[in-house]
Amino acid sequence: MSDYLQSHKKITLAHGNGGKLSHELITRLFVPAFTESAESLNPPEANPNEASGLQELADSARIIPPSTNLVFTTDSHVVNPIFFPGGDIGKLAVTGTVNDLAVMGAKPLYLTSGFIVEDGFEMADLARIIDSMAKTARECGVRIVAGDTKVVEKGAADRIFINTSGIGVLLPHAPAGAASIRPGDAVIVTGTLGDHGIAIYAGREGINLKTELKSDCAVVSPLVERAMQTCSSIRVMRDPTRGGLATTLNEFTHQRNFGIEVFESRLPVREEVRGVCELLGFDPIYVANEGKLVLIVPPSSAEDVLKALKEHPLGYDSAIIGRVTERAPGRVFLRTVVGGERILDMLIGDMLPRIC
Amino acid sequence: MKYITEFRNFEAAQALSREIHTVLAQSKPSGTQPAREIKIMEVCGGHTAAIHKYGIAGLLPSQLRLLSGPGCPVCVTSNSFLDYAVALAREPDVIIATFGDLIRVPGSRSSLLKERAEGRDIRICYSSLDALQIAKDNPSKRVVFLGVGFETTAPTIAASVKRAREEKVTNYLVLSAFKTMPNAMKALLESGELGLDAFICPGHVSVITGSSIYDFIARDYRTPCVISGFEPLDLLQSILMICRQITEGRAQVENQYQRAAQAKGNALAQDLLKEIFVLSDSDWRGIGTIPASGLALSPEYSAFDAAKQIPLKIEASRENPGCICGAIMRGVKTPAECKLFGKVCTPESPKGSCMVSDEGTCATFFKYARP
Repeated sequence: MSDYLQSHKKITLAHGNGGKLSHELITRLFVPAFTESAESLNPPEANPNEASGLQELADSARIIPPSTNLVFTTDSHVVNPIFFPGGDIGKLAVTGTVNDLAVMGAKPLYLTSGFIVEDGFEMADLARIIDSMAKTARECGVRIVAGDTKVVEKGAADRIFINTSGIGVLLPHAPAGAASIRPGDAVIVTGTLGDHGIAIYAGREGINLKTELKSDCAVVSPLVERAMQTCSSIRVMRDPTRGGLATTLNEFTHQRNFGIEVFESRLPVREEVRGVCELLGFDPIYVANEGKLVLIVPPSSAEDVLKALKEHPLGYDSAIIGRVTERAPGRVFLRTVVGGERILDMLIGDMLPRIC
Repeated sequence: MKYITEFRNFEAAQALSREIHTVLAQSKPSGTQPAREIKIMEVCGGHTAAIHKYGIAGLLPSQLRLLSGPGCPVCVTSNSFLDYAVALAREPDVIIATFGDLIRVPGSRSSLLKERAEGRDIRICYSSLDALQIAKDNPSKRVVFLGVGFETTAPTIAASVKRAREEKVTNYLVLSAFKTMPNAMKALLESGELGLDAFICPGHVSVITGSSIYDFIARDYRTPCVISGFEPLDLLQSILMICRQITEGRAQVENQYQRAAQAKGNALAQDLLKEIFVLSDSDWRGIGTIPASGLALSPEYSAFDAAKQIPLKIEASRENPGCICGAIMRGVKTPAECKLFGKVCTPESPKGSCMVSDEGTCATFFKYARP
């Protein structure tokens, strides 16, 4: 790869025109990275009749999933800056889509990746992003089986945008969804709120912190699996990304006959995140996370699920932060730190643009 | 964390709440007579937001009623000012620079947001010095900064005008609608429609002005005033101080926010205000014109006064007939009494100014306490 980078320093429009330079870019950068990553996965995961579309440069990948109980999703990534403390746009493009599959109670299996790159983008940065995607995919056991690359003229896109679509298979005891939530259920969050949004924002705006605040960008599958092994009747799981925890909880209660009560004093928030939020007038409960889960579980298994989550490093700061109520159907309420009560609404407006 | 968690301590808040209940219970009339309602106005929009954000009302006895006052800069800005800003935006060589909230406020016939969508050059700034920079970067244009706010914001804009003169930037102008608090509070008391018992006085205004600007309210109107900070314990303690004044029959200016607001205020900021501005009559949305309640650029700085340098004829302004922002700002009505509230008027699609700003009474009420 290094000799290719030596001779091709920058992306040009010709790298996206479907001709020789496109072909070279794909066969030299994308195919080796994603093929190696896919082949390193355990052979039992792969079916010999499957064919990634990559190596033969076919128009599609042929996939034979182990079950027909599929989940399928897509996510576009436009984060700015593209390299940030704790991750980069490539890692985020994999974790974002994998997490959307995982929280359904699924095992993520296949990804596609669509790149839109601005003319003049550094080839070395592209290689770094591709490597990061391949590494993250390998770590979470998914294969990137098809892709596409377009180059647009300067100013038509800001450096690089990545879309990933993903397919997974549902595991036994997958959550039944928000309709199965009952009054009395417990609300659990698997760690500190707002790390991703504030890390990105602080990096972008040059806010210097004494400590390095990292994005929590991570694949949540291990937490999902632990929770489902501990409790066979999880109501719902979600990764609270844009709009934060508050928006996710409001999505659960929307048009339902239950409410949710949240205890502000139990919300896990890092000191740095709280500090930046205070300065800028943000509330961590609305700030994006990229490696956290919110779960609603029956009260009888809440403590067991909490214990199982806390045993994993990703879930060390897990906490039971609220409960489902009969009163105030359709609403989320916050019991404030001083003992008052108020509505906890959805995010209105765009607090932090381009954080994922 | 210093200065945050200490001022949000649960036990301390509960103790203050109990003390407020105790103080008021002692003053309760004997027999079966119900306790009279005590009306306290928090003038500042920052206080309104904090009170709702922390659910303070739930910690208070039911006889205490907190009313929101005319202290949200965006809310009190009149339609005539917005109409003027819209007209300026339509001038061919003008760039409008403004704080973000203002662009969403509907004027009589348009808003700056609509004008921007039509292609007018309207830019959001976080500081007046950013606006000054825009002026330097665009020497062939006239850059008009929309000056709204109170004694808190005005000194920073005064500083930008002063710097513009020092640096000989001749295309930087300010359209001033700055307001000052004391005479607005006086107007509310004199209207007689409220029957106010006390004021929670604005904390940040007091940091600039000092506490003496409220002396006449305590002395002449026998109305207790307590300058308050913005954390939940600040507000609870201020309310307790007010309750004590009321039950002891005192009417004084007390300062709860001593860690930030000094008796004499910030002399540097006061001097800057005196140098750049003169007191003027000012048009308050919902209240009308209040004598000597605004700040206009002084004659010496008229070269920077957009109203003088770009005089425009403006059609008479008009209000949305269903909107009761004015009455809400005077504390006479609550958002729940507005027919538009939560139906056609929401934070995403505001019909009146009180629904726009984060500190606006309607926006706060919608966000934290809508029925």
